[in-house]
Amino acid sequence: MNLPIYLDYASTTPVDPRVAKKISDHLTLDGNFGNPASRSHKFGWKAEEAVEEARSHVANLVGCDPREIVWTSGATEADNLAIKGIANFYHSKGKHIITSKIEHKAVLDACRQLEREGFEVTYLEPSEGGLITAGLVDEAIREDTVLISIMHINNELGTINDLHAIGSLAREKGIFFHVDAAQSTGKVEINLSELPVDLMSFSAHKTYGPKGIGALFISRKPRVRIEAQIHGGGHERGMRSGTLPTHQIVGMGEAFRIAKEEMASDKKKIEALHQKFYDSVSQIEEIYVNGDIEKKVSNILNISFAYVEGESLIMALKDIAVSSGSACTSASLEPSYVLRALGRKDELASSSIRFSFGRFTTDEDIEYTLSLINHAVERLRELSPLWEMYLDGIDLDTVDWQTH
Amino acid sequence: MAYSKKVVDKFENTINEPAKYNVGRFDPKDMDIGTGMVGAPACGDVMKLQIKCEQMGNTHIIKDVKFKTYGCGSAIASSSELVEMLLGKTLEEAKGIKNIDIVEALELPPIKIHCSVLAEDSIKQAIEDYEQKQ
Repeated sequence: MNLPIYLDYASTTPVDPRVAKKISDHLTLDGNFGNPASRSHKFGWKAEEAVEEARSHVANLVGCDPREIVWTSGATEADNLAIKGIANFYHSKGKHIITSKIEHKAVLDACRQLEREGFEVTYLEPSEGGLITAGLVDEAIREDTVLISIMHINNELGTINDLHAIGSLAREKGIFFHVDAAQSTGKVEINLSELPVDLMSFSAHKTYGPKGIGALFISRKPRVRIEAQIHGGGHERGMRSGTLPTHQIVGMGEAFRIAKEEMASDKKKIEALHQKFYDSVSQIEEIYVNGDIEKKVSNILNISFAYVEGESLIMALKDIAVSSGSACTSASLEPSYVLRALGRKDELASSSIRFSFGRFTTDEDIEYTLSLINHAVERLRELSPLWEMYLDGIDLDTVDWQTH
Repeated sequence: MAYSKKVVDKFENTINEPAKYNVGRFDPKDMDIGTGMVGAPACGDVMKLQIKCEQMGNTHIIKDVKFKTYGCGSAIASSSELVEMLLGKTLEEAKGIKNIDIVEALELPPIKIHCSVLAEDSIKQAIEDYEQKQ
């Protein structure tokens, strides 16, 4: 067992060694280093071939046509391209956008930018379990709604939204539907040939590929058009200019090829780890799972350990790499906006830890982590005046706190 | 958060050896105990500090201290540091302890200065509580 133990796979994953090999084959003079846009020689042709093969792997994992995939620098750029691309192209159709309060910042900040440009945005409140339902979306639809952007799997909670229901509603009303699926690939099946989704964002580095590469699915049937956000050279049929980074693209392609092949076995293994983890951690008094446990992926588990502050818990778990919704771990000193949107009290948001498991997580990792958690929570509660008050039967909501 | 080694050591020592580092509680009703509790759960930190004093001539000496803190690593380290500063001091000397003393002792990063302010507030309140009882 190597320490520290990495349980932050939802933040990023290590590159699979098979992917790393593929990447290194596309860098040096004796490798496939050419510019895929070079039409005049073999170096270019070979690079283009590698890029197109990678595109097929990506398309194959998500059930679409390779011609529907546009390479981007990551899911953030894909989100920006989708949201601003639709808004800019179809602005005469309407100036209203629907999204949710628990989207990734890439979606939220792209929407904020459009607000500055005269669009109106509705930010939906999720259910208590962290889900955005078609019903919630339906209530927000207006005559001038042009785009709905809702994530597939929430990065902090792991909750899975029903894309079919939301997409069907969007189709029925003639509204474009964008989905941020950065957390989905290799975790759940996606079949875009059946899903009523117009645009979908992907990231390589959440699925054992390299950072700095992602893709946007843009539907051809029905045909969806977008306005490019980066100009020059006309790569990717003019939708995203810039020399294609062959090594990163083949890395993403290989990562997604492996994901297709190994999704079932990865999933089975991670489900077992999740079960083991949950069974043990749920024995601890006063813990709360954030997000509907029945409607979430098993690679993400977000737990609030009441009466223990998240940053101190992370410090006490120094051999475990996890992230927290605690204000103290963020530069802004604000607790997680996702947990707050669920209506969780600030102190529960501050007590939250996100554990995320992956392909290289072992049974021993989980066992060791569990023993550390039990120890750390016990120690920190012994140190916590709030825990003492809880044991004394004092309702913390009735205390007159001296805020500072 | 990149903490100084001092914060990390203080935090780890405190959670690993709570008794040695004065984690605990006194009965707040006892006449020789002064209790201060500052902060709020919603803000992410609550410090409870209790001093046990003894009269020596016309002055009062802090003979023992107990504390409990809910908060980030630096909040816990700050209160633990404060407790060490208080032991054996007269109340007048204790009143002279300022948050900057804790900042310097632990090399707190600027974003965590409020933890030391909270610690200073907790001792002020504990002394006030004790003096009211006398």
